[in-house]
Amino acid sequence: MSATRTGRKPPRVGDAPVFRRLLIGIVLVFVALLILAPLVIIGVEAFSKGWAVYRDTILHPDTQHAIMLTVLAALIAVPVNTAFGVAAAWAITKFDFRGRRFLLVVIEIPFSVSPIVAGVAYLFVYGLQGIFGPTLDAWDIKILFAIPGIILASMFVTAPFVARELIPLMQAQGRDLEEAATSLGASGWRTFLSVTLPNIKWALLYGVVLCNARVMGEFGAVSVVSGNIRGQTNTLPLHIELLYHDYQAAGAFASASILALIAVFTIIAKVALERQGAGRVRASDPSAANPAEKAL
Amino acid sequence: MKIRLDHVVKTFETFRAVKDVSLEIESGELVALLGPSGSGKTTILRMVAGLEYSDGGQIYFGDQDATDIPVRDRGVGFVFQHYALFPHMTVAENIAFGMKVSKVKREKAAIEARVAELLRLVRLENLGGRFPAQISGGQRQRVALARALAVDPKVLLLDEPFGALDANVRRDLRRWLREIHSELGITTLFVTHDQEEALDLADRVVILKDGQIVQQGTPQEVCRDPKSAFVMKFLGDANVIAAEVRDGKAYASGATIAVSGLADGKAELYARPADLDWSLQGPGIPASITRVLDRPDGRRVLATVETGEHLEFDVEPERAVKAGDGGFVTLRRAKVFAIG
Repeated sequence: MSATRTGRKPPRVGDAPVFRRLLIGIVLVFVALLILAPLVIIGVEAFSKGWAVYRDTILHPDTQHAIMLTVLAALIAVPVNTAFGVAAAWAITKFDFRGRRFLLVVIEIPFSVSPIVAGVAYLFVYGLQGIFGPTLDAWDIKILFAIPGIILASMFVTAPFVARELIPLMQAQGRDLEEAATSLGASGWRTFLSVTLPNIKWALLYGVVLCNARVMGEFGAVSVVSGNIRGQTNTLPLHIELLYHDYQAAGAFASASILALIAVFTIIAKVALERQGAGRVRASDPSAANPAEKAL
Repeated sequence: MKIRLDHVVKTFETFRAVKDVSLEIESGELVALLGPSGSGKTTILRMVAGLEYSDGGQIYFGDQDATDIPVRDRGVGFVFQHYALFPHMTVAENIAFGMKVSKVKREKAAIEARVAELLRLVRLENLGGRFPAQISGGQRQRVALARALAVDPKVLLLDEPFGALDANVRRDLRRWLREIHSELGITTLFVTHDQEEALDLADRVVILKDGQIVQQGTPQEVCRDPKSAFVMKFLGDANVIAAEVRDGKAYASGATIAVSGLADGKAELYARPADLDWSLQGPGIPASITRVLDRPDGRRVLATVETGEHLEFDVEPERAVKAGDGGFVTLRRAKVFAIG
């Protein structure tokens, strides 16, 4: 059949030239206007007052503090959520227990709920008029309008990232490998380290990278619980907003450029990890334990 | 190591997977658990391994009650249907895994020597450095077996060991597993839904249905003397002919056969294709041939009897039969089971 095919091929379904050009054109315009233009503006505006102003903004104590706070939040929230994500994925995919499906849904909630709702909820739980507020106040523990609140809010928003990457993969891999390792005499911990972890490492790293990007960029939930105290409870995104409202556009853009830079690194890391097979369930890995595996 | 299951019960949610199974496997024996899917055979195997816990009853390894010993300490070698090789480790690393994680510490050189020995045993001497994805299905299953044997298990358990392989590889591996078993003499229990595999390989076949043992015995015993219509049908092709028992004889539309131990009344007569023959004179079951299928080892005749039932039987290659011929189906031998 293919031997006799010469000349023009008939267009595939939905591949008429006019339609094709139109569709690609629309997508390009959208990408340029909605995604690329703002990124370019950040770069241009950040340096609009010159390199010195840019450097001064970055080195300003308030900016430095905001960066430190953002990094601190990431340093705590990312490892905690990574541990949580691995534990949740392990529990859901390797054990049978009542409420497994329910847990699967609950883990996804932070994805579907607006971060600001989470922030307000935290106000009601830990605020002075809230459930634990008075008790915490009596013990002189400050959660709201302080660093713990920021970290808690960040953790809420990013809780599903790692678990969500791991669950479909671990579901597809099944329990055979762990059962094999255990029947050969390996302890639970040893099984995890030498059998489970090597098979999920790329997906895990992928989840960690996405989780980190989100922690550093989170605005809504953090803005409610932090109280926006300059130089004290301002993370980088909050700091940018504050600068902008103070009519320091160049400063705001300079700070924003740091976040944009983090975003670029995240994307590079993401693409590199996807090349290693993370972020999607491998469709036909011949060595996979379960032949009935399917993308979930 | 002798294995004994004593009134073992397993229930999943509301489904009774295994109902009161008692079974003994002698030391050094090779036993097949044979049954259709859902008969509980894999669940029994996993309970012997310790991968599932029984809800009732006891499992003994020798004189020791192993019921509550966790899989890690039970000392069984388990071979999974889909191999469950560790994809990120080479063949040699897979085989060495059990020795490396064992509570018994071994010298590195000793582990390497044992790996080489096992690779020789499973005839994969040159593939130690390959990854599981780089070898064939049959080779993977041999690696899985070597890995299970590496920890000197008391018992070898195989779950549908050849289920995922094609027919030729399967037959070779069957003979090969039998050889390895004779060489090592390790007590082996394997699960299969393939009756040919069970009969080819096992010293003794245990036939399961709906979580219960319906019959067990040597391949000869279960083939020659099936105790129920289910076993008869499950072990191979069978023709079913309505019959009636009177005074120690079964009558089936023109054919009669002596039976013993059956009360008078309606019954079913079961005959393998090789148990029937074709004759132009009676007595026999009057029938006409609808098709003749030629096969390498003979001719399979499809015939319809007057009552509309279809029968299949084999005749030798030289026999001149053709579609449309009329004649009589005669009984060489048959099994008669009362209905109900």
